[in-house]
Amino acid sequence: MSAGAPLVQVRGLVKHFAVTRGIVLKRTVAVVRAVDGVSFEVMPGETLGLVGETGCGKSTTVRLMMRLLEPSAGEVRFDGRDVTHARGAQLKALRREMQMVFQDPYSSLNPRKTVGAIVGEPFAIHHLEPDRAGRRRRVRELLEMVGLSPERYDRYPHEFSGGQRQRIGIARALALGPRLLIADEPVSALDVSIQAQVLNLLRELQSELGLTLVFISHDLSVIRYMCDRVAVMRAGKIVELASNEQLYGAPRAPYTRELLASVPGARRDRRTILG
Amino acid sequence: MSAAAEPLLRVEDLRVSFPTEDGVVHALDGVSYEVARGGTLGIVGESGSGKTVCALSTMGLTRGQGAEVSGRILFQGRDLLALSERQLRSLRGGEIAMIFQDPLSALHPLFKLGAQVAEAVRAHQHVSRAQARARALELLELVAIPEPGQRANAYPHELSGGMRQRGMIAMALANEPKLLIADEPTTALDVTVQAQILALLARLQRELGMAIVIITHDLAMVAEMAQQIAVMYAGRIVEKAPAELLFSAPQHPYTWGLLRSIPTLERPRDERLAAIPGAPPSLIERPSGCHFHPRCPYARPAHARIDPALQPLAGRPQHSVACLLEAPERARIWSELRAGRTPAPAAETASGAKGSDEAAGLTAAQRRR
Repeated sequence: MSAGAPLVQVRGLVKHFAVTRGIVLKRTVAVVRAVDGVSFEVMPGETLGLVGETGCGKSTTVRLMMRLLEPSAGEVRFDGRDVTHARGAQLKALRREMQMVFQDPYSSLNPRKTVGAIVGEPFAIHHLEPDRAGRRRRVRELLEMVGLSPERYDRYPHEFSGGQRQRIGIARALALGPRLLIADEPVSALDVSIQAQVLNLLRELQSELGLTLVFISHDLSVIRYMCDRVAVMRAGKIVELASNEQLYGAPRAPYTRELLASVPGARRDRRTILG
Repeated sequence: MSAAAEPLLRVEDLRVSFPTEDGVVHALDGVSYEVARGGTLGIVGESGSGKTVCALSTMGLTRGQGAEVSGRILFQGRDLLALSERQLRSLRGGEIAMIFQDPLSALHPLFKLGAQVAEAVRAHQHVSRAQARARALELLELVAIPEPGQRANAYPHELSGGMRQRGMIAMALANEPKLLIADEPTTALDVTVQAQILALLARLQRELGMAIVIITHDLAMVAEMAQQIAVMYAGRIVEKAPAELLFSAPQHPYTWGLLRSIPTLERPRDERLAAIPGAPPSLIERPSGCHFHPRCPYARPAHARIDPALQPLAGRPQHSVACLLEAPERARIWSELRAGRTPAPAAETASGAKGSDEAAGLTAAQRRR
C-alpha cells in the first residue's frame, strides 16, 4: 500500500431492511433504510469515530464493513481489495485483518469456554499455531498485552469483572494481528471508573501496534478523546465528517450543534473545574 | 439543623442488608442525608454502590425481600420505616413518587398510556373516570407530550423512549408529589432526548415546587441538576457537599478519580485519562478499613485497618468527607491534579521513620475505631 492511500474505502453503502407481513405470501410493507448511502475513507493509523443516536445506522455500517451483513448496494474496499464481493478463502483472509470489539462484554464471550480457549480460538479457526504449547504462549502474551494476568488462562468469563471481560474481547480481536480494529460502543456497558482504563488501553495498543481504529459511540466526549476524524450519522446518512478539531471547534451541521449542545454537563462547572 | 428549617426528607444511619446464598450483601451501610423542600439532591455512584437501594428503601420497596433495614427515614417528620404497608401505599405515588431508568419495563405493556396515567390519579384521588381521564390528558400536556389526546390511546410499545419516559413522569406527577425520586431517569435515552427530559424535570420542579432526588452514575448530569451532591462508594456516602463545592474543591480521592477519568468536551485531548485502577468491590466481602483503599493511589498502610467516618470539614460544615488523609494533604493533592501533575503519593511525604499510624496523623481514638 502506498503512503497516503486509505486503508478502508466505503462507497455509497446502503442497507435496506424489508418489513414484511404474512407468512405464506410474504409481502414487503415497508423498507427501513438503516444505512442510506454512506461513503468515507479510513486512513492507515488513524482513529475514525462514528457518532450518532440510537438507530442512526452506525452499528449497521460497521457490520456491513465486516460483511457480518450483506449490503443492499455500495462497496467496501480494504487495502484496495473488494470486501463486498469477497467469498470463501478471500473473505476469511480479509477477516484476519479486520477485527471487532463488541459493546456487551457479557454476551460476547462464551460462558462455557475458558479465557485461554476464547482468546486462542482465532488461531484454531485460521489454522495457525497448530501446536498447543505455541498457542498457549501466544494467548498468554495477548492477555499480558491487554493488562490481564496470564495466570488466569484457565478461568471462565464469569470470574472476571466487566472491564476485564472487555479486555478479553480486545485480546481476542488482536489475536491475529489485525490492521483494522472496529470497536462498537466498547465502553458504554462499563462502570464509569472502568471506562477510562479501557479507553487508555485502546489508545496505547493503537500506538504500539500501529492499528487503524474505527470507533463507534453515542458519547461525544468519548469520541472527542479517541478520534482523529469524526463522522456524525443521522437516519442512515453521514451529516458531517470532519477532523476532531473542526467538528468540536466549529461544527457545521445543525444536527452536530444540537448534539453538542445536549451533552450533559455543566458547561458552567466543568469548564472551570476540569479545564 | 433547627426545626425552622426541617428538611422534607431526612435519612438517618440507614442500613440495608440482604442475606443471600453467597453471604450477606451490605447494600447500605450507615447512610445519612437530607433533602430540602423544593431542593435537589444528586446521589452519584457506580453499579453496586448502593444508590438504587437508597431510593427503593425510601419508597419501602426493599421490604418483603428478606432485607434487614435499620435507621430512620423521616419524611415530613414521619418515620417511613415505622409505617405499615398500607400507610406506605398511600404515600407511594402520592406524596412520594418515583421514576425508573427503563420506562418500557415500568409501564404496563397491555394498557394504553392515558389509562395508566388515569389509574395513577384514581389510586389517590376520589374522582370519576371521566375526571381522571381529563386530568391524565392535562398531565400528558404538562410533560410536553405532543398531541396528548392521540398519545393517550397509544400502547407503550408504540411510543419512543423519550415519550415513554415523559409518560412515566406524568404518572409520577399525577398526585403532585412533594418528593420525586428519579433513578437514572435518562440513562436509557439518546443524548438529545436526555437534555429534553432534564429540562422538563427542572421546569416541573420550578412550577410544582417538588423536591427531587436524582440517582445517577453521571457526575456531569448532577452538576446541571442538583444543588446538593452525595457520592456513594461500596454502600456508603464518601463525600457530600453543595454542587459548587464538590466540583471546585472535591475532597475524596474517589471523587477526584470520577472527575478526572471522564472524557469531557473541554479537556485537552492529548492528556491521558486518569483511570481509577481496579474495579468496584463486592458488597459481600468489602475491603477492610477504608473501602476505597485498594484502589486509592494515596492510601497508606494504616488505611487498610481504619474505617473513616463521614465528617464535616473544619470551617465548612456543609461539606463532609470520609477520608483518612489530612485536609492540607488533600488540598495539596487536588491542586496538583488540577494543574495536570502527578502528585507524590501521600505516604512518601510523611516522615518515614515513624510508625504508619503516626504518619497517617491518626489520633488514638481513631485508631481504636
